[in-house]
Amino acid sequence: MSLDRATVIRIANLAKIHIDDSEIDIFTRELSQILNWVEQLNEVDVKNVKPMTGVSGMSLREREDEVLDGGYADKIVKNSKEKKKNSFSVPKVIE
Amino acid sequence: MGKLSDLGVEEVINGLSNKSFSAKELVQTYIDKILEDKILNAFVRVNPEKSLKNAELSDDRRKRNKVLPLDGVPIAVKDIFCTKNEETNASSKILENFVPQYESTVTRKLLESGGIIIGKTSMDEFAMGSSNETSNNGVVLNPWSKGEKKLVPGGSSGGSAAAVSARLCSAALGTDTGGSIRQPASFCGVVGLKPTYGRCSRWGIIAFASSLDQAGPIARSVRDAAIILEQISGFDTMDSTSVDKKVPNLLTACSQSIKEKTIGIPGEYQISGLSDDVRNIWKQGIEWLKSAGANIIDISLPHTPYALPAYYIVAPAEASANLARYDGIKYGFRANNITSLDDLYSKTRSEGFGAEVKRRILIGTYVLSAGYYDAYYLKAQKVRTKIVQDFNIAFEKCDAILTPTTPAGAFEIGEKSHNPVEMYLNDIFTVPASLAGLPAISLPSGLDNNKRPLGLQLIGRPFDEESILSVASVLEDSANFRSMEIEQGIVS
Repeated sequence: MSLDRATVIRIANLAKIHIDDSEIDIFTRELSQILNWVEQLNEVDVKNVKPMTGVSGMSLREREDEVLDGGYADKIVKNSKEKKKNSFSVPKVIE
Repeated sequence: MGKLSDLGVEEVINGLSNKSFSAKELVQTYIDKILEDKILNAFVRVNPEKSLKNAELSDDRRKRNKVLPLDGVPIAVKDIFCTKNEETNASSKILENFVPQYESTVTRKLLESGGIIIGKTSMDEFAMGSSNETSNNGVVLNPWSKGEKKLVPGGSSGGSAAAVSARLCSAALGTDTGGSIRQPASFCGVVGLKPTYGRCSRWGIIAFASSLDQAGPIARSVRDAAIILEQISGFDTMDSTSVDKKVPNLLTACSQSIKEKTIGIPGEYQISGLSDDVRNIWKQGIEWLKSAGANIIDISLPHTPYALPAYYIVAPAEASANLARYDGIKYGFRANNITSLDDLYSKTRSEGFGAEVKRRILIGTYVLSAGYYDAYYLKAQKVRTKIVQDFNIAFEKCDAILTPTTPAGAFEIGEKSHNPVEMYLNDIFTVPASLAGLPAISLPSGLDNNKRPLGLQLIGRPFDEESILSVASVLEDSANFRSMEIEQGIVS
């Protein structure tokens, strides 16, 4: 299926990636090419086939709900470019 | 004994144990070689002081007879593994200046077994690519390039494969999502082993597609790959898909007879785009295995043609979710001159991600979005089930499957970067085993018409790395690739 410009703008917005006007046509062309190519999956009969949601049917392990570590907020914020007192700093969101 | 840097893992272990040289001498040799190299661009970072310090500690352990399994072996690590207090960027601008505060399980195991991290290697950005050209650290040159023809090393573990081939380390670690260990290993004439999904912990590996990502070794011999894999494998509570299974003695497996083994040859891998050279090497491989007493049978994996398109839905979908964490707030790059929180997110991601990563995030977002989920993502997951079923049926009749690793040898830098789908086709033979979570190995088996390495791939049953290692060892002995390396001036 070919995408139109409006769809590309919509998914870029969903993905929170700003795209310049000059790039929209390029992405529209490239993404359409990829989607047209994956269309061949329609040739496969998947009636009554279960989707594979994990590798070799393994189910995720569970563990006791207990605290195993913690107390290192300084390490957690260490790589943030803008932080204040062991907190991440973001632009104002409430007026 | 030749040059120190020519020694593989097993030879290094023996040499250190015989006291022919020290770990410090060996590490110094590699550091000098890496720093002198101005052509390959395989490494993104080295820390000579730390590597030498670790070598001294290793030599010290040896003096005290407290030798560890990989003691003193210099290993290069793909820059996708988080290394504690050592910058890690996954070759992406969005992770610039990121210094992990913890060690990935695989590199921790490597260090705990005495291995020396000699440096971090370049890769396609976030492991998304098949040529190492999407790296934010510039292109990496394949050591097999000659004259004007500048070849890609393959990807995404291109830096690791190039470093092993050029003797800049004894072995390396890579990761494989759709072929990212095996394809560059094939292009650079080295061995690449992707273990069964769940064999190695994914904890601390920067995530691309979580249901596919696996760590594994890139090495100069099958035995070297087995030695490394044995040390980095094992159950880890920090990875919910890690499997609690005993790690077998993989080196023993390398010398097992293959007389009782049945090897399947899948007709569907005879694609029209297969080069004659690859076809011939594949035939040659079959003959080698016959001579060693293996039973060869034809098998069918009917859904093979659909593996690649299914992969290019599943992997981008998982990537779009995994890469949502890069928002400019918690770590890495953060855009300037922003007006709102939303603006911060979208500008950071626009400036921080490269073109291929953006393409995959957008495709992934699209196939997961309302109205398209069933048509694309759910459909691809069902096709993935069919691909697993194909393998299950095949493995009722055979112990391993022999295929080429890639449809052709290494291509030139820039040759395929203009067309995403053409680039994706490189992974046509490696992706099926990835989707099914199976162990697979690529080993150098010959040269094409242009004297570029070609690899053969063996795919095994889940958690049966032993079978593919035993069969690969036979192929390795028959191929005698070392003589081609000498003939082509890769090794003296």
